[in-house]
Amino acid sequence: MASIWRYLLAGLGLAALLAGILAVVYLTVPRTAQIAGPDISRTKKTENGLFMASFAPERGVVRQGELEAWLLTLKTIAGTPVEGAAIAVSGGMPQHRHGLPTSPQATDYLGDGRYRIEGVKFTMSGWWQLHFAISATAGSDTVVFNVVL
Amino acid sequence: MRRLARFFVLMAMAVLAGCGKPDFSDAEKKTIASLALSRLPALKPDTTNRFADVPAAAALGSTLFFDASMSRDGTVSCSTCHKIDRQFQDGLPQAVGVGRTNRRTMPLAGIARDPWFFWDGRRDSLWAQALTPLENLLEQAGNRAAYAHYIKARFGDRYERIFGPLPDLSEIPANASPLGSDAEKAAWNAMSDQQRDATNRVFANIGKAIAAFERSIEPPQTRFDRFALDLATGAEPKGDAAFSREEILGLKLFIGKANCVTCHNGPRFTDNGFHNTGVPPVKGLPPDRGRVDAVGQVQADPFNCFGAYRDGDVDACGELRFMVKDTPELVRAYKTPSLRGAATRPPYMHAGQFASLDEVVAHYAKAAPSVEGTSEIHPLELSDRERAALVAFLKTLAE
Repeated sequence: MASIWRYLLAGLGLAALLAGILAVVYLTVPRTAQIAGPDISRTKKTENGLFMASFAPERGVVRQGELEAWLLTLKTIAGTPVEGAAIAVSGGMPQHRHGLPTSPQATDYLGDGRYRIEGVKFTMSGWWQLHFAISATAGSDTVVFNVVL
Repeated sequence: MRRLARFFVLMAMAVLAGCGKPDFSDAEKKTIASLALSRLPALKPDTTNRFADVPAAAALGSTLFFDASMSRDGTVSCSTCHKIDRQFQDGLPQAVGVGRTNRRTMPLAGIARDPWFFWDGRRDSLWAQALTPLENLLEQAGNRAAYAHYIKARFGDRYERIFGPLPDLSEIPANASPLGSDAEKAAWNAMSDQQRDATNRVFANIGKAIAAFERSIEPPQTRFDRFALDLATGAEPKGDAAFSREEILGLKLFIGKANCVTCHNGPRFTDNGFHNTGVPPVKGLPPDRGRVDAVGQVQADPFNCFGAYRDGDVDACGELRFMVKDTPELVRAYKTPSLRGAATRPPYMHAGQFASLDEVVAHYAKAAPSVEGTSEIHPLELSDRERAALVAFLKTLAE
């Protein structure tokens, strides 16, 4: 009789060891593998290197599902503010099959190269792209900003 | 020895029981928390309707909402289709007013938080929405001149206490509207600009009163919300807040592999957007192209946010101002409905195309192409067990 209990005890001991190893593996491996995300820098050179562009929410924070104003700041590479630029905005979610849920527009020039982009709304989490076509006296160029929510 | 054995058996049972506990990653917990009703922000004021939060306006609005005299033949009120004991909807594939419409009645819980109204968003405020069925030939089939006369005769005092003096209606025809029969249109065209404006203003105020009432209709707390609250606070879910294994699997699929949460997000389970998801048309109904045809309608509506009947500042009109007007994605795009309470209000989709949630899940798994335009959804491998789990989870939003 005693030997059966010994086997049972050994079996339980092995099971406990296995559970321990599994627990260590489970707790140390990151839950979700990190996928290399898109470049989310808020300041970058435009496609052909004509301007330095910055894109940031006017109120500092991004709230999903709200109409928000963002600021697009345009400077020459030398750092001079770009004035009188015509700006067209488009974009969407590259991983889904849709564009932006709104039609954002440049509605105001605030001086110092800053343009207010109104009507920006991100309706879901994920990878969004905003594409700006910029036309100024220095020439025309484009820039794409990635926003990940 | 026997005592030792009992101890090990109990320990093994404890370990096994632990396996059944909900286990969510931090990202999943964050998503689940974002869906909880406790995250629903306070209702924002509607500056386009300065009576939106006036109790007397809401009281008059509720009277009008249930008043069948607010229709051409005296048999149809808002509540005919928006039934108070059925989540303010009617359970029919297509609503039936004076005639049979081509769209499913929408429930009203949380409706005041929508930026767009109707399945296609052809109105941009709750008060402008409320006016539309009043004159739709298949719904209440009345006309704005008749409504103005009716308000004066039946609710004149109540109206004036809220909105101020009624205009002189003595010279206004009994029946007149730019949208009515040929005779009603002719009568409307024969009116002076001043008379038309006075009539429109009374009519707009009817919508504003009904909207004030509808603002009070909010979604109730559900089993899911109690579960989410316990998950967020780390408390052990008790009673009906505890989810079965199937419900947990369904929730994980909803926010994970099945991608439902992409569009059904936030505490109302909607992104308030319009999407083509390949829902098939219904045989025998008139052509329906969804959002693409609604863009022109909301722009032409004299009661839209840019119109003369808006209260407050034009700054409130951002949705209309920055509306997407001309992309192919608008073809057969319909509003993402809230999923709160959905399990107990079949049939589903904009014309009641699907009789059950099983059919809805099957549609999204198959992702058949749209008859017109391009569907945004991708096919999905879901086992029978997973489909049933998704439906089980959806039921927790209606209990």
